[in-house]
Amino acid sequence: MTVKSAQISSTSLSGALTNAAQASRPSLSYWGTAWHALRKDKLTLIAFAFVFLVGLAAAGAGLITSALGVESNLTNAGNAYQQPYVIPYIKWQLGSDPMTAPLMLGKAGGVVHWLGTDQLGRDLLARLLYGARISLLIALTAASISLVLGVVVGAIAGYFGGVVDDFVMWVINTVTTIPTIYLLVIINSIFRPSPLILALTLGFLGWFDIARFMRGNVFKVRELDYTHAARALGARSARILSHHIIPNSIPIVIVLTANSIGGLILAESILSFLGLGVQPPTASWGNMLFRANSFVFQRDAATQELQGLHLLFGPGLLTTFTVLAFSLIGDGLRDALDPTLKNKR
Amino acid sequence: MFRYIIRRLFQAIPTLFGISIISFALVSAAPGDPVMKRTFDPKIKAEDREILRRQLGLDQSPVIQYITWFTGVTLRIGDHVAEFSNERSRCTYTALINMTFCDKGGGILRGDLGTSFNTREPVWERLIQKVPATLELGIASLILSIIVGVPLGVLAAVYRGSPFDYLVRFLSSVFQSIPIFWVGLMMILVFAVILGILPSNGRQTATLNQEFDLLDRLRHLILPSFTLAIGGIAGFSRIMRTETLEVLHTDYIRTARAKGLAPTNVWFLHALRNALIPLMTILGPAIVGVLSGALVTETVFGWPGMGRMTVAAVGQNDYPMVLGAGMFFAALTIIGNLMSDIFYGIVDPRVRLG
Repeated sequence: MTVKSAQISSTSLSGALTNAAQASRPSLSYWGTAWHALRKDKLTLIAFAFVFLVGLAAAGAGLITSALGVESNLTNAGNAYQQPYVIPYIKWQLGSDPMTAPLMLGKAGGVVHWLGTDQLGRDLLARLLYGARISLLIALTAASISLVLGVVVGAIAGYFGGVVDDFVMWVINTVTTIPTIYLLVIINSIFRPSPLILALTLGFLGWFDIARFMRGNVFKVRELDYTHAARALGARSARILSHHIIPNSIPIVIVLTANSIGGLILAESILSFLGLGVQPPTASWGNMLFRANSFVFQRDAATQELQGLHLLFGPGLLTTFTVLAFSLIGDGLRDALDPTLKNKR
Repeated sequence: MFRYIIRRLFQAIPTLFGISIISFALVSAAPGDPVMKRTFDPKIKAEDREILRRQLGLDQSPVIQYITWFTGVTLRIGDHVAEFSNERSRCTYTALINMTFCDKGGGILRGDLGTSFNTREPVWERLIQKVPATLELGIASLILSIIVGVPLGVLAAVYRGSPFDYLVRFLSSVFQSIPIFWVGLMMILVFAVILGILPSNGRQTATLNQEFDLLDRLRHLILPSFTLAIGGIAGFSRIMRTETLEVLHTDYIRTARAKGLAPTNVWFLHALRNALIPLMTILGPAIVGVLSGALVTETVFGWPGMGRMTVAAVGQNDYPMVLGAGMFFAALTIIGNLMSDIFYGIVDPRVRLG
């Protein structure tokens, strides 16, 4: 053991002597280490890429749909329930089925509906893209609100303690006693649901976990030496909070936020499914599924084939994968950002 | 133990009090005039509306309105006994503080959650009628998620790093990300529409006319309870995996293996018993999850429970019904958390309650 390590140190020493530049490589910062760990985590990177692509498609929804010649709210009663064009198109190109694809194209008036159309003949792909925009915007806005509220309220409660802390914790414990979905249902039944109201209510009901965590972390950090040192140097509460306590908690707050975004997308879709979310004709993944709900049993009058399946699969799969991606990102970030976990992996 | 339960129940009082304030604040903030909502008839004169407004106490400040809603007693400055006395409310005037108190009966304090706008029935009675259906679905799905989730988690921990472990972890991630109503719709699609082997709607076949038929009931229960159990299976398997991994590294497990005990005995008799303890702590959240999920699952499957009734009440703007259901669910959540803590104390002798 000792012989081996001596060998290693002697080789590394000689290496260092011959190549001084390599030896003086700067040590990695905290974020540098995190990035290093993250780069090796393939699953998290795939999840990041997926979310990035969905975000890009949502942001460029207008460009993509106009390039494809479709619109999200353009109805065409004669072409309702058209099945996805993708598979017949491939068969057409391969020459195995030269009939179906041109027929579909003719029925759609020359417009290509890659993912088919809904009960009003609207293009499903366009609606999915615009729906992604609404769903993601709501989730991100709500997550930002709960991030700011949670960090600020939690830090204040933890730092000042006493009556302030008791009151904040009482509010949090009281509100969290009601299952959140009931509060959301109550609020959205009283106020007219719009994307903005939805984002606000989700945000104002979503900060409790972050606040709880912040409070706990502040209790811990408040008694650490560097905080005492800062206080001894005459720093005021606001400075200690903003320069020492909040930065110390940022990594875990990022993780909590990433995890919450997936939950927020789910919450939006559940509310929309109950008819309390985004109202038609604006598309969101949730209200697309809400509509699809009525067409599970829909069969073609002539062929008796199920007609509405593509309406069910598109938004459902997209929601699931996006939520899954956000939770994978949350897990990956936790592994990368939490130095205490480093030796446990 | 008894003292602990009593203390926890007392602690629940300020919580329920807070919930009542929040609920009331929400309803007061609702846009639109409550009097107009009750009197759609355009023939009703403005003066009559004013009288109704005074009788309902809606001309008072929100604080007074809250007291009225909570206790069922209205209070007004001055002598109004003659004006407000009728067969429903008994009024007394207290000259000392120059106030009239009218007892209209009811109020949250007396367990009266108000009257449904829609059916004119007491909210409490309608909720109680729906409790058995929701409990049936909730208990069935809790049992399902435990008997499926727990063994999956234990086996994933035992075969850590194997394809089985990855499969379980992947599935539990997917199950936590999937919209529960979409699972429900898929279940309906596969088992009711395509295969046609299970019913997709209701608690029993309508032609049975409420006659009890166990087999029919069970057939109706399968799809909704599995749908509702999805989240629970994911949660339980995840927790069980983590806990079992921790227990497997303890000395007594090593000792048991060293003594020559069969692996299955060690896993399921020694490890599982100790890994099950933390499970009790997530029983509370699991109950909340089941109650929240009931809202959606009952809607998808047309299950005649409290969740579906709440959603229906929302659609009809039936505020008393929605609020009453909210209060009721909050109370159930408190009871669920309390039960989870008590079980924890029973299972783990290291936790001393009191």
